Amino acid sequence: MVDAAPLLAMRGIDKSFSGVPALTAAELTVGRAEVHALIGQNGAGKSTIIKILTGAHRPDAGSIQFDGSAIAPASPAEAQRLGISTIYQEINLVRYRSVAENVFLGREPRRLGLIHWSRMNADAAALLRQFDIDVDVTLPLGRCSIAVQQMVAIARAVSTDAKLVVMDEPTSSLDDREVEVLFGVIRRLKARGVSVIFVSHRLDELYAVCDRVTVMRDGRTVAQSRMGELGKLDLVMAMLGRRLTESEARGIHGTERAGGAPLLEVEGLRRGHRVRDAGLSVRRGEVVGLAGLLGSGRTEVARMLFGADAPEGGLIRHKGAPARFRAPGEAIRARIGFSSEDRKAEGIIPDMSVRENMTLALLPHLARAGVVDTARQQRIADEFVRRLGIKCASPEQRIRELSGGNQQKVLLARWLCTDPELLILDEPTRGIDVGAKAEILSLVEELADGGLGVLMISSELEELVQGADRVVVLRDGRSVAELEGDALTEDAVMHAMADGGEPAPGRAPAAAAGSGTGSGGVSGGGAEARGG
Amino acid sequence: MTADAMERRPGADRRARVWSGLARQGVLAALLLLILFGALRYENFLGAYNVLSVLRYNSMFALVALGMCFVIMTGGIDLSVGAVAAMASVVSALLSPLGLTPALLGGVGAGLLAGLLNGLVIVRLGILPFIATLATMLAAQGTALLLADNQSVSVSWDGLFVELGQGDLLGLPIPALLAAAAFALGSVMLNYTGFGRTVLAIGDNEEAARLMGLPVDRVKLGVYALSGALAGLAGVVLASQFGAGQPTEGIGWELFAIAAVVVGGTLLTGGVGSVGATLSGVLLLGLIFNILNFENGRGSISLSAYWQSVVRGLVLLVVVVLQSRLTGRRAS
Repeated sequence: MVDAAPLLAMRGIDKSFSGVPALTAAELTVGRAEVHALIGQNGAGKSTIIKILTGAHRPDAGSIQFDGSAIAPASPAEAQRLGISTIYQEINLVRYRSVAENVFLGREPRRLGLIHWSRMNADAAALLRQFDIDVDVTLPLGRCSIAVQQMVAIARAVSTDAKLVVMDEPTSSLDDREVEVLFGVIRRLKARGVSVIFVSHRLDELYAVCDRVTVMRDGRTVAQSRMGELGKLDLVMAMLGRRLTESEARGIHGTERAGGAPLLEVEGLRRGHRVRDAGLSVRRGEVVGLAGLLGSGRTEVARMLFGADAPEGGLIRHKGAPARFRAPGEAIRARIGFSSEDRKAEGIIPDMSVRENMTLALLPHLARAGVVDTARQQRIADEFVRRLGIKCASPEQRIRELSGGNQQKVLLARWLCTDPELLILDEPTRGIDVGAKAEILSLVEELADGGLGVLMISSELEELVQGADRVVVLRDGRSVAELEGDALTEDAVMHAMADGGEPAPGRAPAAAAGSGTGSGGVSGGGAEARGG
Repeated sequence: MTADAMERRPGADRRARVWSGLARQGVLAALLLLILFGALRYENFLGAYNVLSVLRYNSMFALVALGMCFVIMTGGIDLSVGAVAAMASVVSALLSPLGLTPALLGGVGAGLLAGLLNGLVIVRLGILPFIATLATMLAAQGTALLLADNQSVSVSWDGLFVELGQGDLLGLPIPALLAAAAFALGSVMLNYTGFGRTVLAIGDNEEAARLMGLPVDRVKLGVYALSGALAGLAGVVLASQFGAGQPTEGIGWELFAIAAVVVGGTLLTGGVGSVGATLSGVLLLGLIFNILNFENGRGSISLSAYWQSVVRGLVLLVVVVLQSRLTGRRAS
């Protein structure tokens, strides 16, 4: 065998789910004893390509070369036998079983055909000690910290004599110190000749441990490079599919709305390791965008503002007075609405009518002595169907028969009919077609003109730059930039997402290329430059 | 860095383990208390006759509960065991003129087939266990009545067949010895074989078990087959003990078995369970019945069989509430 041959070469991989392509001619090549970063936005195809590699999905087309031969794993068990082990983001272990069992389930040491418990426990303890983990291996796994559980998952993967370990966002629930332990383990794996595929959204982490990187977008492999040769800004551009030359300053939406009275002001918001120091403010009649890469804490911030999660620190002022919403009900009473990013799971009730879906949040007010005033409900539904231009046969049509864009409008109407002062929209245009997107955005603009404050979370730079008056950029749970007026360009937002204002403490410094380009026109200074 | 820093609450863990140990021993303690109560209150409670007849009678339920225990540990349920036992009792009664072996194999085989059917429908067709085994329950009830022509079927008294249910070996009832052997094997299987550990892993997190490469489908098929075969064996014992195949017996056995398993501390959601505690659960529920009989015999109260059922229901509720308190504290 040629030494230079890569350990893994996936080529021309196609995969579609019920006609919708998830992967198109995707590629992934990993060398021996290499730590390989795999990055991309939501829906870029990372999970799909990993699931094909680990036998959970079969590809429609393409080839996989692994360790010198062509493979086509049909199940996770087969992939494991071939030497490919996976550690999933949701730690996929069994919580009621002991640490030792979780390491050895399915491959327990035997004596006379029966499980040899004492040897299994001793082996598991020895294995974990190699990773500097000293834990009682007879404890049920569920009682160990997440970090230990993660290490157990890794120990399991390594003990199967894996040649390739796939780690799908292993650090998303670890704190800084635990991340360091994990990195130590990864380096040790590499020293033993084991290759690692590392999926993460934290760019600094990638530069700290990875040798090479593959960037995916829209089901395609859009970049493959040595880690050091690609700056952070290049990575972000590749992920988002934007070139610096393409992006322009804010286009059509030039009218500056006079900033009204502040509705919500947030400082130093903190919760766990996802949100470390977030600050923003929303005034009446203003659309504020919240930008950041996946995992930067956008949704977590929104949930705290809405009272769905309790902040661990920081100050929230509502109309100038300190406020703390302990439950979404309190936020709703303060006339704040929140439209979730997951329309299917948290938003619509598919089999209910448009009318019922629209008036759900309003039900307590519509009921008299417990009986819903259907006549009033009807009037409200008719009014909003007309006002928002919702395309449906009648308000009695079941909402699941509507297009994504119209479903989104019904959800918007659900909050609008409660007469809110502030609306938080998490990814309002995800999964809806281009025309409907523009309609939703102009609707948001119209609402703001009418005095509503809007906080809009979005992964699409264009949408933020064109739709928002001001954009706050989050990075690793910190507000790193606030951009408005002429300073609000796609370039500037990308710079802030990639590099932030300053390197986060405790993380590895950025690679040379990234930090060089990262300083222009962003950071705290950019925020002062009000245009118009 | 060592895990010492990462393992945040060693004290809490130690406490939690004590609690979980108590929860497991709770049913055994309750059983022992009940025995002590009976022994002090009734003269013949610990007499050979009473002890042996309690063991003989409850061995059928024990066999059914053992199978149910494995099914529930995977997070499933088997509602068909009572009807399958009734069907097996008819099959073995019909075969009993041919001798012990054909009757035994026929009864167990009928149960095994029903169990395999359950397993295949659940694993291959993806039907919920509740529905799949409910369908089998109805089908088995009908089959039993068809085979028996809607009446009980007398067994042949010529061969060894009736010995299986009525005989003794070394002074102990043969059905009790059968059940004891089955529980001993079941305990080894759960604790020392890959099959047993996979059962627990599936009930804990089926997706994880699959991703670990464990043979999830095969093991699920296995537990339903095992449950069916044990229900079949219980049916054979039933026919032999009462001298007749009973097409209408077995109604409610599945609920008794589920109750015994739950009282034994097995989580209905699966993933945690114990074969030994299930046996304690069977004996606990059986003894309550026995003690109510004694109480009736003393003339101090006069409870009909209907009331006994009410009392059992109350005991089940109390035990389960106590247990969820214990495990609730364990979880926090």
